[in-house]
Amino acid sequence: MKKKYTVIDTPVHNIDGIAKVTGRAKYTFDVTLPNMLHGKILRSPHPHAKILNIDTSKAEALNGVKAVVTGKDTLGVKQGIWRRYKELCDEEILARSKVRYIGEPVAAVAAVDEDTAEEALDLIEVEYELLQGVFEPLEAIKEGAPQLHEHAERNINVTRHIEWGDVEKGFKKADYVREDWFRCSSQAHVCMETHGAVASFIPEGKLTVWTSTQSHYYIQVLLAGVLDLKENDIRVISRYTGGGFGSKFELDSAQFCSSLLSMKLCKPVKIILTREEEFMATKRRTPMFYYVRAGVKKDGTFLAKEARVFTEGGAYTAMGATALYLTGFFQTFPYVWPSYRYDGYRVYTNTAPTSAMRGFGAPQATFTAETQIDLIADELGIDPIEIRRKNGMYPGYEVPGQAYIQSCGLSQCLDKIEDWVKSRGKLPPNRGIGIAAYGFMSGGIFNWFDTPYAFSSALVQVNIDGKVDLYIGSQDMGQGSNTTMAMICAEELGVHVEDIRLHMGDTDKCPVDLGAWGSRETLMQGNAVKRAAAEAKRQIMEFAVAKMAPNIVYDLDIKDRWVHLIARPERGLSYYDVVKEAIRGKDGQPIIARGHYTPHRKGMISPAYSFGVQAVEAEVEPETGKITLKHCATAHDCGQVINPLGVKGQLEGAIAMAAGYGFTEDLPMDEGKILNPNLVDYKLLRATEMPETEVVEVETYEPEGPFGAKEAGEGLTNPTAGALSNAVYHATGVSIKDLPITPEKVLEALREKNEKKEK
Amino acid sequence: MKKTLLNITVNDETFELYIKPKKLLVEVLRDELGLTGTKRGCNTGACGACTVLLNGVTVKSCSVLAVQAEGAEVTTVEHLADGAKLSALQLSFLDQGAYQCGFCTSGMLMSATALLNEEPKPTREDIKEGIHGNICRCTGYNSIIRAIEAVAEGKYREKR
Ligand code: FES
Ligand code: FES
Repeated sequence: MKKKYTVIDTPVHNIDGIAKVTGRAKYTFDVTLPNMLHGKILRSPHPHAKILNIDTSKAEALNGVKAVVTGKDTLGVKQGIWRRYKELCDEEILARSKVRYIGEPVAAVAAVDEDTAEEALDLIEVEYELLQGVFEPLEAIKEGAPQLHEHAERNINVTRHIEWGDVEKGFKKADYVREDWFRCSSQAHVCMETHGAVASFIPEGKLTVWTSTQSHYYIQVLLAGVLDLKENDIRVISRYTGGGFGSKFELDSAQFCSSLLSMKLCKPVKIILTREEEFMATKRRTPMFYYVRAGVKKDGTFLAKEARVFTEGGAYTAMGATALYLTGFFQTFPYVWPSYRYDGYRVYTNTAPTSAMRGFGAPQATFTAETQIDLIADELGIDPIEIRRKNGMYPGYEVPGQAYIQSCGLSQCLDKIEDWVKSRGKLPPNRGIGIAAYGFMSGGIFNWFDTPYAFSSALVQVNIDGKVDLYIGSQDMGQGSNTTMAMICAEELGVHVEDIRLHMGDTDKCPVDLGAWGSRETLMQGNAVKRAAAEAKRQIMEFAVAKMAPNIVYDLDIKDRWVHLIARPERGLSYYDVVKEAIRGKDGQPIIARGHYTPHRKGMISPAYSFGVQAVEAEVEPETGKITLKHCATAHDCGQVINPLGVKGQLEGAIAMAAGYGFTEDLPMDEGKILNPNLVDYKLLRATEMPETEVVEVETYEPEGPFGAKEAGEGLTNPTAGALSNAVYHATGVSIKDLPITPEKVLEALREKNEKKEK
Repeated sequence: MKKTLLNITVNDETFELYIKPKKLLVEVLRDELGLTGTKRGCNTGACGACTVLLNGVTVKSCSVLAVQAEGAEVTTVEHLADGAKLSALQLSFLDQGAYQCGFCTSGMLMSATALLNEEPKPTREDIKEGIHGNICRCTGYNSIIRAIEAVAEGKYREKR
């Protein structure tokens, strides 16, 4: 069969690959500038306290110390990423009068080296007046609980309501109703490159910041806001980012403090967070207390659902407001629920702020929903695949008032996973297979950031030798978007990936894109790139038409560097030759084209949704409760696959992270203090614990995506915890509703089950 | 603090350096010699991002004082390729997409190199054990395991 595309849908090496395997790729951590100083941040040891006084004189007197800054040296701007809503901009970064979590920055030092800066931190004297803290959302929301922010009574930070259909009627009609309480734990992003920045301010009034980020544009704008500089007097550079996963698109302490210090000194200042700081004081996955009630017919048809969520917000809003909305929306995904009511409450607590993390509220929703669906199916004697098939979303379905589903490969995914489950045959004792279905957005349409720019833009310049400069604003943090964009550009323009010179990660040179979060890049930046490339191609073909003078009804195209008649592909010209002449014809100007994408009238959430079904096979040792993952098979609809190699990598990586969420990773705290802030006690999956991974791509065509593509990497974090909890249920008969599913919890549940049996 | 003299061979080049005795090997490699391919993900020996070879054996360079490497031969990721000619493992990592953000990649490659030097025909379990000390948050390891397997199976022999 002739392939439809010459570039996309064929595995290609990541275009940054050689730089990465040779160690040449320069991350923020690797940036060194002449006369550079090193900074360190002093953080609050208390979860809740007033700052009465900070004496920095001894630190300033230390040999080698160049500057110390505290909240007094700032403009005191309360910032936040939800810029449209003033009350949600609540974080100063360098606290002026009050600290609200352990690890909150109170001062920063610049010195000749890290050791000196560290020593200086010990010499800063902070006088605190301790306040009572509150650490659990269900406590913090009570009347009379300590209040974190003056404006937030009962510590309620944001509330969310979603409703459609007649919920009461739905429950009345139901033959079976069940309700469950779940607790979803926190999770740390654990980017291998910790947060960091090198800031360099020059007397001309310009600030350059190298930083590890998912969105150089957001950092530029947020810095401008807190430093009172013009956005374009700030240049943010971020060529390689050592992991993001949702942790790196808000303004962080390294960026802010290094900028402040550099502005004071007119010298470059570098701050790289330690792993411990990273755990204690950067943002994390939102813990949620989930109540879910569902009503269904005897035959398994879904009728009504009600969900209530209290999230542990931590001390500030961060991106938590989005997670609160998305978890409510994805609670029904990927199913048709004729009626639904959701109420979410984000509650301030004296803990490190919780925010975005890969999946963005959806892993919590999927874990709770999918666990409950298996319990319902079991109760009604319906096969888990069958109940999902019966109620699954389908192309053309409209989530009332929320979203319109165009492409949807859910039913094909269910078929594939059914085949896989059958192929496993009869399982040995203590093994179970659990499945979970999921979906995810391809970029958010919401604009809480209040950007006046298009959501994504791209610029293409075709040069005399046929090489193409592609300027994009999206950020590659490892997910491979640079390669995806180069492939989309090459495919559309009819050239090879090697012809593309990609420019990214620099606000001085690249058009605005909102960055790599919410699975935006493939669809949004991809559409912008495709449009820019199409416009460049149109310009090139104008010259080709003039030269070839075909019958006016014929169309031209470029493929594989060959400009040709579509109807007579052998009749054509070399792309290189046409480009040369076209540029000559344009009085020597290179061919320049722009493209942009902003979603309009695409519902409340996203222009397109990915779908999938995952099966996890797990073994549970009845004596110890120990869980071993054996297999993880996924059927995955991400529309048209752009780079098969990249998609597979996303899938396997997501499984590791999501399985960690399901059964090993947690951030236990005592009075707001994280007890395991290191990579020994925080258990993420190691190579020896990875299951075998099987994947089947189910291809659909998404009309809204470039070449029919949609989200491919983030949604895969959604199903694993739910599939795992179902696997444990089918292996042991106990359902654990409290993440992570640890051996202790399994043992305890087994003991309870046996006790009941004995009675 | 008084500095001491360190004689060290890194990637076949010998250096005489004056360093503070408490300097870690990772700091000397990165800050003194500019070999920033070696990363640091924890500084406590737990992540493997700083893995280098010390006399052919893997060490976590954040857990070794530079002075402990006196007279020793150190190999870092920068030495795996021969000019533009990538090593078999580097090629295989590219083919399998065995990296994403790339921050763990140098350490992974060094662990994998040592593993194959020691045991050219490792089992899948050997490979998993061989990179057990290296955390990768991006890939889920399986692509890395496949990449090492492919080299062990001789897929890149002619290219070496
Ligand atoms: S930096 Fe050395 S093991 Fe993590
Ligand atoms: S590639 Fe990012 S940590 Fe391994």
